[in-house]
Amino acid sequence: MVVKEFRELRRDRRTVAMIVFMPLLLLVIFGYAANFSVDSVTTAVVGPQADQVAGMLPDFFDVTTTDTALTEADAHDMVQRRDVDVAFLADGTPVTVLVDGSNLFAAQATVSVLNKMGDQVTADVLFNPDLETSWVMIPAIIGLILTFIGTIVTSIGLVRERTAGTLEQLAVMPIRASTVILGKIAPYFLLAAFDMTLVTVLGVWLFGVPFNGNVAVFALGAAIFLFVVLGLGVFISTISQNAGQAIQVAFMLMLPQILLSGMIFPLDAMAAGVRWIAYGLPLTYFTMISQGVMLRGAPIDSLWLPLGALTVMALLIFTGAVLRFRRDLAPSRRRGHAHGEHVEAATR
Amino acid sequence: MTWGLTGVTVRFGVTNALVDTTLTVEPGQVIGIVGGDGAGKTTLLRALVGEVVPRSGSVHAPAPHRIGYLPASSGSWAELSVRENLEFVGRSFGLSTSQVAARADELLARAGLDSARDRLARQLSGGMRRKLGFCMATVAEPDLLVLDEPSTGVDPVSRVELWRLVSLAAAGGAGVVMSTTYLDEAERCGHLMVLDEGHVLLSAPPEEALASLVGTVVTTTDPVHPERAWRRGRTHHEWWPPGERPVGSTITPDLEDVVIAASLARRAGVAA
Repeated sequence: MVVKEFRELRRDRRTVAMIVFMPLLLLVIFGYAANFSVDSVTTAVVGPQADQVAGMLPDFFDVTTTDTALTEADAHDMVQRRDVDVAFLADGTPVTVLVDGSNLFAAQATVSVLNKMGDQVTADVLFNPDLETSWVMIPAIIGLILTFIGTIVTSIGLVRERTAGTLEQLAVMPIRASTVILGKIAPYFLLAAFDMTLVTVLGVWLFGVPFNGNVAVFALGAAIFLFVVLGLGVFISTISQNAGQAIQVAFMLMLPQILLSGMIFPLDAMAAGVRWIAYGLPLTYFTMISQGVMLRGAPIDSLWLPLGALTVMALLIFTGAVLRFRRDLAPSRRRGHAHGEHVEAATR
Repeated sequence: MTWGLTGVTVRFGVTNALVDTTLTVEPGQVIGIVGGDGAGKTTLLRALVGEVVPRSGSVHAPAPHRIGYLPASSGSWAELSVRENLEFVGRSFGLSTSQVAARADELLARAGLDSARDRLARQLSGGMRRKLGFCMATVAEPDLLVLDEPSTGVDPVSRVELWRLVSLAAAGGAGVVMSTTYLDEAERCGHLMVLDEGHVLLSAPPEEALASLVGTVVTTTDPVHPERAWRRGRTHHEWWPPGERPVGSTITPDLEDVVIAASLARRAGVAA
């Protein structure tokens, strides 16, 4: 019995990969990424006394901008665009410090440091004044729900056609491969869009999470992100023979995203190597967009990086996955015999 | 218009799934593809419907909307009702809603699925689900009907009903190519093709196939060459190649004897 079990396991490469990969992944994540303490925050110091104030700040504040000519509005703008985590307004005493409350752990650490500085400074926490965890989590959870539907539900829905043998039926029916793919994916796109709207509305209604930004920018980010996760779902279906395999692969793709996207552990607190893995994950960028739009009201031009990264991912992953899925449909169609009486010929 | 394969070879990796196979399908003709597991039956059918691209040779088939195909699997969507399955396929084949409705009524009545039209496909018995698959394959009245083991796992009564449906489709002018593992069924076909490990052992009408035996088949209770013998009821049948003196009582072979003998002859390198 034991020998049989080992033989089966040895031939089940995915399970072997999971047995080897999961402990390594968890070790790396909890060793290098599971850290809530932020050691430094990017800081701008503006106002007439910017130079003097910047020179007096503790090392915790990583001063990237010092400008005596900038005003409070400029400082607010820099925080809103997440150019910096913190902005000191050095225009008198006490110095007002604008803190980005949407970057929860950095904001908590900043407030703690500022409290030790006494009455020389006054903290003004923007976008999340009470530093509510739910305000930061809900925009990220929207991304997680989209990932769940796009990756797991889509892959199971597609792989069901394969296991039931109906993919074979679709392959020989007079329906264009592109129509089959579109018809299979569109319902999941709509379902995910519905769920996203529902969770966003409930988040705002039940938890009081603000929606300060432009709905169109949020919708654009969500749509691009959906193409990425739907692409992942389609890809998983092309490498899985049954729902169990699809769930296994989807789980292996989802876990790093949950743990490394900045949703739970702050990106700033991660070791550099792990942070780069996080920057390769789509949920990291969607979280940047959803938190940026909902909490900070970030304008579209300040979100060019996450939007651009997701667009590149969508193009690569969705296109690649759809081409792989298309290959599973009748191979003769690739030769252009979708319509009309056909004679297929191959040379010896 | 005839359909078929000419000199088709299909390879999967290093395995020859089908070797230099030629088959011609006339309208109204029912062709049975016979062979054991891995003989190449499904590969032949899949090549015919364009799901497998041959390594060499040519496939002559109607346009996809004129082909009806029943795959070896159920071929129907489990979470759709009988009516919805037919509706989806019919509409995909370009029929109007009213045409689909009329055709579905006709087919379901013929197949005895009238009372099950609102039942989900997953709630049907194996035989009913195969009949539904058949109805789906014929809903658009195809010119070429390709059926992969339509009666496997189907009870004897449903097999008879399926055969009636096949005969009706052929009478309507469709060329029918079907694989089967039941030789009694194969004998009812107008033409037989027997495959073994991708090779064509026989391709002839059943009566000619019966006459094409190479060597001799005998009955015996104690086979001389057990590797050339097979059990039939309480006795054994044994094949003797030409040139060898048979031991046992020579019999007039039936189709099962002919198919097994042809397979043994090919493996022994004896030309048919």
